[in-house]
Amino acid sequence: MGWKRRKKAGGKKNAEQALDREQQKVIALAGNPNVGKSTVFNALTGLKQHTGNWTGKTVDSARGVCRFHGENYTMVDLPGTYSLMAHSPEEEVARDFICFTHPDAVIVVCDATCLERNLNLVLQTIELTGRVVVCVNLLDEAEKKRIHVDLQALSRELGVPVTGAMARSKKGLDELLCQVEALVRRQEPQGVKIKYIPPIEEAIAMVEPHLRAVLGEKWNCRWIALRLLEGSASAVQALCLHTGYDAAKDTALAAVLEQAYAHLALSKITKENIQDKIVACLVVTAEGICADTVSYRGADCRSRDRKIDKFLTGRWTGIPIMLALLALIFWITITGANYPSEMLSEGLFWVQDRLTDFFMWIHAPQWLHGALVLGVYRVLAWVVSVMLPPMAIFFPLFTLLEDFGYLPRVAFNLDHCFKKANTCGKQALTMCMGFGCNAAGVVGCRIIDSPRERLIAMLTNNFVPCNGRFPAMISVISMFFVGSIATGFAGSVLSTLMLTGVILLGILLTFAMSRLLSKTILKGVPSSFTLELPPYRRPQIGKVIVRSLLDRTIFVLGRAAAVAAPAGLLIWILANVTAGNATLLSHCAAFLDPVGKLFGLDGTILFAFILGFPANEIVIPIMIMTYMATGTLAELNDLTALKELLAANHWTWVTALCFIVFSLVHWPCSTTCLSIRKETKSWKWTAVGFLLPTVTGFGLCFVIATLARVCGLPV
Amino acid sequence: MEEQEIPLNALEEGQCATVSRLRSDEAIRRRLQDMGLIEGTRVECVQKSPWGDPTAFLIRGAVIALRAEDSSSVLTRLS
Repeated sequence: MGWKRRKKAGGKKNAEQALDREQQKVIALAGNPNVGKSTVFNALTGLKQHTGNWTGKTVDSARGVCRFHGENYTMVDLPGTYSLMAHSPEEEVARDFICFTHPDAVIVVCDATCLERNLNLVLQTIELTGRVVVCVNLLDEAEKKRIHVDLQALSRELGVPVTGAMARSKKGLDELLCQVEALVRRQEPQGVKIKYIPPIEEAIAMVEPHLRAVLGEKWNCRWIALRLLEGSASAVQALCLHTGYDAAKDTALAAVLEQAYAHLALSKITKENIQDKIVACLVVTAEGICADTVSYRGADCRSRDRKIDKFLTGRWTGIPIMLALLALIFWITITGANYPSEMLSEGLFWVQDRLTDFFMWIHAPQWLHGALVLGVYRVLAWVVSVMLPPMAIFFPLFTLLEDFGYLPRVAFNLDHCFKKANTCGKQALTMCMGFGCNAAGVVGCRIIDSPRERLIAMLTNNFVPCNGRFPAMISVISMFFVGSIATGFAGSVLSTLMLTGVILLGILLTFAMSRLLSKTILKGVPSSFTLELPPYRRPQIGKVIVRSLLDRTIFVLGRAAAVAAPAGLLIWILANVTAGNATLLSHCAAFLDPVGKLFGLDGTILFAFILGFPANEIVIPIMIMTYMATGTLAELNDLTALKELLAANHWTWVTALCFIVFSLVHWPCSTTCLSIRKETKSWKWTAVGFLLPTVTGFGLCFVIATLARVCGLPV
Repeated sequence: MEEQEIPLNALEEGQCATVSRLRSDEAIRRRLQDMGLIEGTRVECVQKSPWGDPTAFLIRGAVIALRAEDSSSVLTRLS
């Protein structure tokens, strides 16, 4: 899967309950999106769940173990939510976990820089369970913005323990665990009781006794009464699922509720507006607490962020800067990857010679040496030397931007275009994730609330090229379009511009296809859209590099290698087993040749893409192997030799162009297909996700090839 | 003195206003309320995106981007 590692991610509600409660205390972590919850979770558990400066990173509840004073705690990282009123699947997961599985404690992580909004969730959590510890995170950032939070006063007002933390530098976590330890040992729940306006309090008093009689003391009847008064269907459902009590069938309850509504009607409160009143009470309570505990010393504590935003999302500067940043990242990747690529390939092929020596020394049979060294090892070496350097440069750069908080600004800049396509601006975020790994992008689509828009984002994610596809595109661009015109610095700039152009084509196709889908099989109007623009944070450069290298690069590379090794073997067999007077590989390629030619490609290229279904990284090695027909990959250290090989096999610049377009737009890799299947739970949509880019890719290549033929160019 | 109500999306960059009424539909209404946007909340228009829509608003210490369709149903009074 993608770059986002999740330990034991478990989305199923039943699995939540299957925790081993005898041995370990269960601590849930709740909080608004993007308050550093994942950072706290990682710091406590030593896990490396990927963190980033944007809203909605945790879409599943991750789990880990934390050891403190000789006791093991199971930490459950709940999805980030603004509320527990269950308006979205994430909120439902969080609410049901806190309400119905009775964790031993709930840590609510808050952002010190915007405590007031965070308190809404804190109050709702306290209302739900009396076992809350509040962790006010990002105190360092608040300090910089000259915001002061009086933690003691806050603790007094909330009636629960409050601790401060700077999770990024691991400060304050010991105290947090001390408080958790103390809380877990205590029996009685605590916390401020939220007072609603009198008519609502009276209505609660009418419904609560009935629930207490039916459900007993185990459940929070005041809270359930509130949800029933609101008429929350999902609460009724969850109640039935977890307690076996079906409120919809309880006629006595219906009568009590009728009475309560009649009473509320006297104060002009109806079923329609009761939730507004309830929310307003919470917000006003939060406002009051905040007024007593938070003080602002600066005149305008957001001035720095605003200045940056004026620039990065400004009317005239926003889009050009975004394109320039994209190009800059590619330029650094292209130029930076050259030398290490060469060195790696030299080194790895030197190792291959030593392996050959070794096989000769032990008198291994020819076929064994062929299969293992010339097949498996060579393809592996190729994949590593071509893939590793660009990835090792691209991923950290991308992570730096992510850490800084730039990605939500991209979504902000591009939302207008997505709205035109009748989809959600958050698709820009999943599209950006697709640059790393399309499978990760598809999974990331969970941040989009509307099912229709989520599906569109998943089906079109493959139109941006993932890291496995960049290297091949870069090589072909520099061989056929740049190499002959410019070299050195100018060459690298030209390659960058061309690659950026290809990426822009991918982005345009994303818009076009999203629009097409929402006009045809996924009709609908854009749903509401709220996107938080988080404060900019200084990226933790050292940590980002280490993290993105270890987590993303090695992970993606490992996956590519796992596919490349068996593929190398398969290709070696295909290339060495002969039927008639040619190898199996040539037979397959020759069979596909007419089809390939029609689309400006050839049989070999097409066959390479088909074999590359498990991982796009191996497309070029397969092609080379087929062209060489010697059965193994030759030492093609520099691109000149490779270009000669391709030219000898009738590649023209039209072929190269079709190759680039086809690698941008063709079927998603197997992992991405499986992710689509897993997320949509439908083979039908998986098929659409497969066919949409495939048909588009063939169509584009056909148009290019036909145009070239009409113009009399060699194809 | 009763001032005129204007929709949130009509605010210019830098203008502040107080929410007087939420006319939004159920789904977006809840979402806005979760962000702390209720009657009486002070809102500042921080920044328009390059195309003029969506617009970022400062709501209770957080910057939230809203599309014009959604923000037009929030009525405010200039302050």
